[in-house]
Order: sequence, then structure tokens, then C-alpha cells
Amino acid sequence: MKATALQNTPPGLTQSKGKKKSKRQPWSLHLMVLPAVVLVFVFAYIPMTGISMAFQDYSARLGFLGSPWVGLKHFRSMFENEYFIQITWNTLLFACSKMALNLIIPFLFALLLNEVRHMGLKRGIQTLVYLPHFLSWVTLSGILIDVLAQTGLLNQFLSNVFGIKPIFFLGDGFWFRMTIIFSDVWKEFGFNTIVILAALSGINPSLYEAAEVDGATRLKQTLHITIPALIPIMIVIATLALGNVLNANFDQVFNLYSPLIYQQGDIIDTFVYREGLLSGQFSFATAVGLFKSGISLVLIIISYRLAYKFAGYRIF
Amino acid sequence: MYHKTLSYRIFSIFNNIFLSVVAVVCLLPLFHLLMVSLSSASAANGGLVTFWPVGFTLEAYSITFENENFISSLWVSLQRTVLGTTFAMLITSLAAYALSKETRDFRARKVYMWYFVITMLFSGGMIPNYILILKLGLMDTLLALILPVTVSVYNLILLLNFFRTVPRELEEAAFMDGAGHFRTFISIYLPVSMPALATISLFTMVMHWNAYFDGLIYIKETARLPLASFLQTIIVQADMTRFDPTVVQKLSQRTIRASQIFIGSLPILIAYPFLQRYFVKGIVIGAVKE
Repeated sequence: MKATALQNTPPGLTQSKGKKKSKRQPWSLHLMVLPAVVLVFVFAYIPMTGISMAFQDYSARLGFLGSPWVGLKHFRSMFENEYFIQITWNTLLFACSKMALNLIIPFLFALLLNEVRHMGLKRGIQTLVYLPHFLSWVTLSGILIDVLAQTGLLNQFLSNVFGIKPIFFLGDGFWFRMTIIFSDVWKEFGFNTIVILAALSGINPSLYEAAEVDGATRLKQTLHITIPALIPIMIVIATLALGNVLNANFDQVFNLYSPLIYQQGDIIDTFVYREGLLSGQFSFATAVGLFKSGISLVLIIISYRLAYKFAGYRIF
Repeated sequence: MYHKTLSYRIFSIFNNIFLSVVAVVCLLPLFHLLMVSLSSASAANGGLVTFWPVGFTLEAYSITFENENFISSLWVSLQRTVLGTTFAMLITSLAAYALSKETRDFRARKVYMWYFVITMLFSGGMIPNYILILKLGLMDTLLALILPVTVSVYNLILLLNFFRTVPRELEEAAFMDGAGHFRTFISIYLPVSMPALATISLFTMVMHWNAYFDGLIYIKETARLPLASFLQTIIVQADMTRFDPTVVQKLSQRTIRASQIFIGSLPILIAYPFLQRYFVKGIVIGAVKE
């Protein structure tokens, strides 16, 4: 009764505004979240219980409840597996090299792009370098397989201009690693460039005007105004990337690798896929996946803390 | 003024040239492939094509479009993109509206937020997901490609952050006129949030169009494969066992591979220039906010 009375009060006379609003149909807000809650429950929370498989010898016939518990057996066999050590190293190598290059290259590129005074040209360049980000790894690897083939465009170019013998880019361990790292830069550097450019456009122009009055050259302005202003966003990008140390990009490797270069090119995620879905080692594959996501979880939490501490970044 | 100095002018010229070259090189591989797809099969196989079609022909495209598997995959991809995006936007924007309220107006907000964010940090992984789809009987259905990816917590957060920038006066005026939350959401929030909704719809559409892995593991029937999974199977894995032997010969030809890759990326290439600015906005909403 009290609530209705309040609602009927003319606006000017409302006293406790906050209290009044909190009484307004909260059930309709719950109803609005409900579909998302249900979907997330079914497709995110239920699979989480499947993690128990990592501690079982799961068989489809016996199910989650009937399969025998084996403790840490799968984790032990994982660490005893030399191949697992190798793919962990591959994963770290790919992820860290990409992270470093995807920080440095967009930074330099954005600084140079910021000097382009012709707006049309600037926009055009941005448009072109950003495009590969939206193409899928299926498309890009289709392109790479063609361009990097023995008789492909790149090998033709190398042999015509430099007289180099054809390189087996996707079949040689060393060149495969290079391909993975640099094709990722190709796809992604435009994205970070735009993020950094957005931060650049937020720098107060009066800083530059003041520097100009004091006779600072453009190089000096860049070193003393632009770069310091970019440090917070660089810290955010770098720390948020930390959570991805074990993410070497499944889609990319999966679409480019072949049994020929498993030793240098296989990563944890592709290994989980092959062991689990192709060989049917559900429990072992889940254990490997769990190991990876456990470490990633810790890293993500640390990285968000750091990003908040150093740059005041909050995701919500 | 520094622009007027000779050294800056020289730098500027070289800088413009350098950046333009880098930008062009980024798209050169895709352009090369387009030229291959427009060339005659013999020229392409002989490695004669660089950046101009040799023996121009549209034969590769006509063969591609005569292939029933390709057409059915294209249809599946269109369906999943349109239905999946519509469904995702509906569910995500409803939830984002409710969660954009202050904790004081919606006490359970914090609990819901953690409920969603936890799934960003932790997931069951590939195998439990696979078993779930299997047990729900969703194998070989469109739902297997749509339902699991409907709620993207990342998009939810982007959208709710945007909703929070809607002036409170608008909402209060609506409440004053007796509108409930549903009405306020539809008549006030949706119309004023069009740029953000467009951005996120596009993110979702691109995600659906490009998704290949779910199709690969959840869809066994060749006719129901989405296009990205179809292309992955024949071009990347070069696995022809799923297809009719009479068409295999044609499918593996270089010009046809090129034409399929190109058609597969065409919707994104078409949508891209018009909507690029929305993407840029979307990133800015997400990455450099106060």
C-alpha cells in the first residue's frame, strides 16, 4: 500500500526517490536476465562439471557417475610425457613472440601513422591494415597455403629477385614457426594500432602548442609528449595479454600445421583436440586442458589486478 | 611550425610512402588470390599469375556455384548468421539493460555479474562441451551452432557499459509516464543505442560467419556443414573423403580453391568499409574508457 501511495505522489513531492525506484517491478529485471542466465548455465556451467573427467578414467558407457576415479594419474602421465614438455615450450614461444611483436609494431606504426597529415590517406591506410583482423583463420590459411607453396607467390618472388631456392614454409620446422608468428602479426597489428591511435587522439593539443612555443622539434614532442601519454594504454594492452601466455591461438595453428612439423609446431590446444576428439582419450585430454586453463586463470587474475593498479583499467 | 621545416617535409614524404607500401602489402596476398581465381586453370597451375588475371575467365566461379555442397553450406552459414545474431542480440541486450541498473535499483545485479564473469575466466573446455552437445541430442542441428555462443559475456559488458551512458533523465521521464522496464527498454534504450547495437551485431555476425570449428565437430552430415567448416575441410585439410568423388577432381583445382576462399570472405569484405567506423567505436567503448 505504501509503495502505491508513493508512486501516485506528484514528482515534486517525492521524498525518498531511491527507495521508490527499488520497489519498481524488480521481477521484470530478473525476467530480463533469465534467458541469458539459463543459456549460460547450460552451455558454460554444466560443461564445467565435466572437468571431473580429468580425475577419472572416463568411458561413455559408464558416464560421469560410474567411471572409476583415478586421482592425479593423468596429470602424472602428462608431466612424464616428454612430448608434453615440447608442446608447452612451443606454446610459450608462439604466444610470447606474438605478444611482444603485437605490442611493438602497432606502437611504432601508430606513431608513424599519426604523422600522416592527409586525412584521406590516413584513413585509407588504417582501413587496409585493419582488414585482415576480420578474416577468419580458415580464409587466411587458405591464402597462406597458396602464397607460401613451393611454387607460390612468395617463393617465386624470392627466387626471381634474390635467387633463393624455394623455401618449404609450412613443412620446415623453423620456417613454420616464423610463419605462425608473422602471419599473426599480419592479421592482428592493425587492431592494436587503432586502439593506440584512439589514445593518441585523446592527447590534449595544448601540450603540443606549448612545446611548439618553446621551440621543440617534432621528434622532441614525440619523445616527451606523445610517448609518455601512451604509456597507460601500452600497460593495459601488455598486462591484459599476460593472461594469454598459454594461448598460442588454436585456430591459427590448427589451420596451418601438419604431422610433418608437430615437433616444432604442435601446441597444447591442438594436442588436446587430437588426443581427445580424435583418439578418444577424453580423460587425459581434459586433464591437459584443465592444467592449461588453471594456469591461465591465475595469470588472468594477476593481469587484471596489475592493469587496475598501474592504469586504473576496469572491465566493468 | 615544425611542418614547414625541410627535414620534417622529407620525413613526411618517406613516411607516407612507407606506410602506404605496408598497407598495400597487407592486402596483396588476398588480391593475388582473387587474380588467381579469375585466371585460366592452366595459367594458375603454371604459376604465371601474379597481380593480373592471365587468360581471364569466370569458369572457377561457375563451377563453384554449380557445386551442391557449396550452395548448401552457403545457405547454412546464412541461416546461422542471421538467426544466431538476432537471437544473441535479443538475449544479450535484455540482460545488459537489467544489469546496467545501479545496484541500489537492482540488488541482485552484483550476483548476476559474477555469475557471468566467472564463465569468462573459466570454461569446461572442448571435450565436456562436445559431450554436452552429444547428450542434448543437438548433433547435426543448427541449434548446436547457435545456442552455445548466444551469450558472449564480453559483448554483454560492452553493451551494458553503453547503456549506462544513456542519460538517466530519459529513463526517469519514461517511468514518470508509467512505463515499466520492458517498455523503457524498447522505447528508450534500444532507439538511442543504435550505434552500439550495430557494432555488437556486427561483431556477432562476423563471429558466426567465420566460425568453423563447431561445425567441424558437431555436424557430421556434409549437407549441413556451414561454409567456413566446408572450406576448412576441402582447402585446409584437403580432406575429400566427405564428398562425392566426381566433384573432388574439380574441387582441388587451384583456381577453384581460390574462388571459394574469395566467396567465403566476400560478405566481410563488402560489409567492412561501411561499418569500419562502428568497429572502431566499439573498440573504443571497450578499451579506453574512463
